[in-house]
Amino acid sequence: MIAANETRTIRLESMTRVEGEGGLRIEVHDGRLRDVKVDVFEAPRFFEAFLRGRSIREVPDLTARICGICPAAHQMSSVQAIETALGITPGPETRALRRLLYCGEWIESHALHIYFLQAPDFFGMESSLTLGKSHPDVVRQGLELKKMGNDLMTAIGGRSVHPISVCIGGFWRVPRRNELLELRPRLEWALQASINTVKFVSGLERPDFAPNYECVALSHPREYAINDGSIASQVGLDIPVRDFEHVFLEEHVAHSTALHSVRADRGTSYLVGPLARMNLNYSQLPPGARNAAKECGIAWPCFNPYAGIVARAVELLMACEESLRIIESYTEPEPARLEYALRAGEGCAATEAPRGLLYHRYRFNDQGVVQSARIVPPTCQNYRRIEDDLRLMLPGILERPDAEIVDACEKLVRNYDPCISCSTHAVRVHIIRD
Amino acid sequence: MPANGKPRIAVFKLASCDGCQLQMLNLEDELLAIAEQVEICYFLEARSQILDGPYDVSLVEGSVTTEHDLDRVREIRRKSQMLITIGACANTGGIQALRNMQDVDEYTRAIYANPAYIHALSQSSPVAAHVTVDFAINGCPISREQLLEVLTSLIIGRQPKLPAHSVCVECKRNGTVCVLVTRGIACLGPVTHAGCGALCPSFGRGCFACYGPMESAHPDSLCQNLAARGVTRPEILSLLNGFTGWTEEFRSAAEKLEKVPT
Repeated sequence: MIAANETRTIRLESMTRVEGEGGLRIEVHDGRLRDVKVDVFEAPRFFEAFLRGRSIREVPDLTARICGICPAAHQMSSVQAIETALGITPGPETRALRRLLYCGEWIESHALHIYFLQAPDFFGMESSLTLGKSHPDVVRQGLELKKMGNDLMTAIGGRSVHPISVCIGGFWRVPRRNELLELRPRLEWALQASINTVKFVSGLERPDFAPNYECVALSHPREYAINDGSIASQVGLDIPVRDFEHVFLEEHVAHSTALHSVRADRGTSYLVGPLARMNLNYSQLPPGARNAAKECGIAWPCFNPYAGIVARAVELLMACEESLRIIESYTEPEPARLEYALRAGEGCAATEAPRGLLYHRYRFNDQGVVQSARIVPPTCQNYRRIEDDLRLMLPGILERPDAEIVDACEKLVRNYDPCISCSTHAVRVHIIRD
Repeated sequence: MPANGKPRIAVFKLASCDGCQLQMLNLEDELLAIAEQVEICYFLEARSQILDGPYDVSLVEGSVTTEHDLDRVREIRRKSQMLITIGACANTGGIQALRNMQDVDEYTRAIYANPAYIHALSQSSPVAAHVTVDFAINGCPISREQLLEVLTSLIIGRQPKLPAHSVCVECKRNGTVCVLVTRGIACLGPVTHAGCGALCPSFGRGCFACYGPMESAHPDSLCQNLAARGVTRPEILSLLNGFTGWTEEFRSAAEKLEKVPT
């Protein structure tokens, strides 16, 4: 609790139920909020530096290790950036199979976040392990959905954490049609379970909170964008991916080993991830997901971060629908991977990781040796927006006990599903009242 | 193990990708049963409840790359009856150990605009370089099956059985045709710990040693064999300098290879 003229810092060392480790620091001066920081001190891992000197062929396997939860996303953005530089475009069958792998990762990651990281908040519980005692069916459904996503990834990539099949030009090996068809009955179950998930999470009580977001996501003329597209926002931005670094700027701040992204022209924060994507690409949801979104009682576009869990559930459903559609029409890409001639080049690509826009750029020489690399994960793009949200929320709750303040902050941060491992390629909560 | 009550377990993370601790949550069919048999006292990603040590078993993911990591790993050791490292980062320094052969200051300048904000040790090192490790589970990532075997063993109080043979043996058991012998593809399978199920060769590509060197591996003779098949020196070096490249076995093989006159 903050007294009228009090000056001090409230700190939370480690946030829980987020991916990776980081904290919060809330500084109060003379009874008023002075600043709030998401502290990221997870060790920097220097991916962009050690990629230099490695062969482009190794890049998808190396960049997967940025994140155990979204390895396929890093593989997708990296291979597509390199393919752009090499001037090769894999055929539609390969693109469909990559989208299917990505759907598997969305299912796995979204189910993990909805059921294990965030749902306990809405029940006042500390974890899904505790939730499992009172609501075993809910937790079992979450586990089964997550397993579905993992199994789909395994069918294509050999394993779900750091799959080994993605390569420049396509895949090392593509699944036979029968191998994918075997997954159909379980995917149909998952589709129904996802419809139930949308109903379940949209019925949870949400605080009323609606900041003014700029939502940024890929946009594609013919589908709910995952693989590629232009970069769009609801306030008129529509740029090709190659302009990303002109429009968005990464800043390095003292309290973080993760860089923070802002709009280069006006220095403002922006939002990426499921809520941003839903707000921009709602009309392109497949019919089942669009129907569930329409009937869930939320008017889209929606700018309440606590509705992020609903957007994530709608996308879970979308990913199940898309998976079934892709499997239905699947023909094995022939050849499994395109041959290519080495040449010097530079290329970038962006794809939609489960947590939002993921940008990679590479430059390499005529031997295919990487000379420079740039990786901008979604969580780096959301940090500034998270801090802006906390700044909006905190003045209203400073009279509460410290434990409640910290708890409210953690809950707000979880809406974003931050992945600290990705962003350092870390977070810690401190409240400072000095 | 405690004479009565459930074993107290903690899961810690140092520099890593989260993938190995995720494998615990990926035990979808067994997770709730495991949670019944043990008390999960500390696992930041999975639960908000934090119970103080001492712990019967600590699982540690990630490598030591900062002063803070170093303090933490010593504290974890003090609080833990048994310390088990999980994954290539904790066991070998991981992929971020590629910087051990480079200039970290230069790395920091390459990525961060204000290098003064960054405090990193010059090397990424395995946990065992700093404290006693009681047991290690290999892999990048670890396999769910091996993790389950270790957790089950702990619960019932027996010695865990993990294979000591090479990826090569797994290929033979799977009936996978050797990619090295038949197609001349560079493969570290003969010197790499089993555990992945010989995944890469079954996808038509060579093993790149996610599970690290097996016991009494001879990477030198494998390197000679690869060279005789026309694999270039930079390609062999890249393979050795991979996810488990900072191990004694692969490091010394790479150093020897670099000294061979061309």
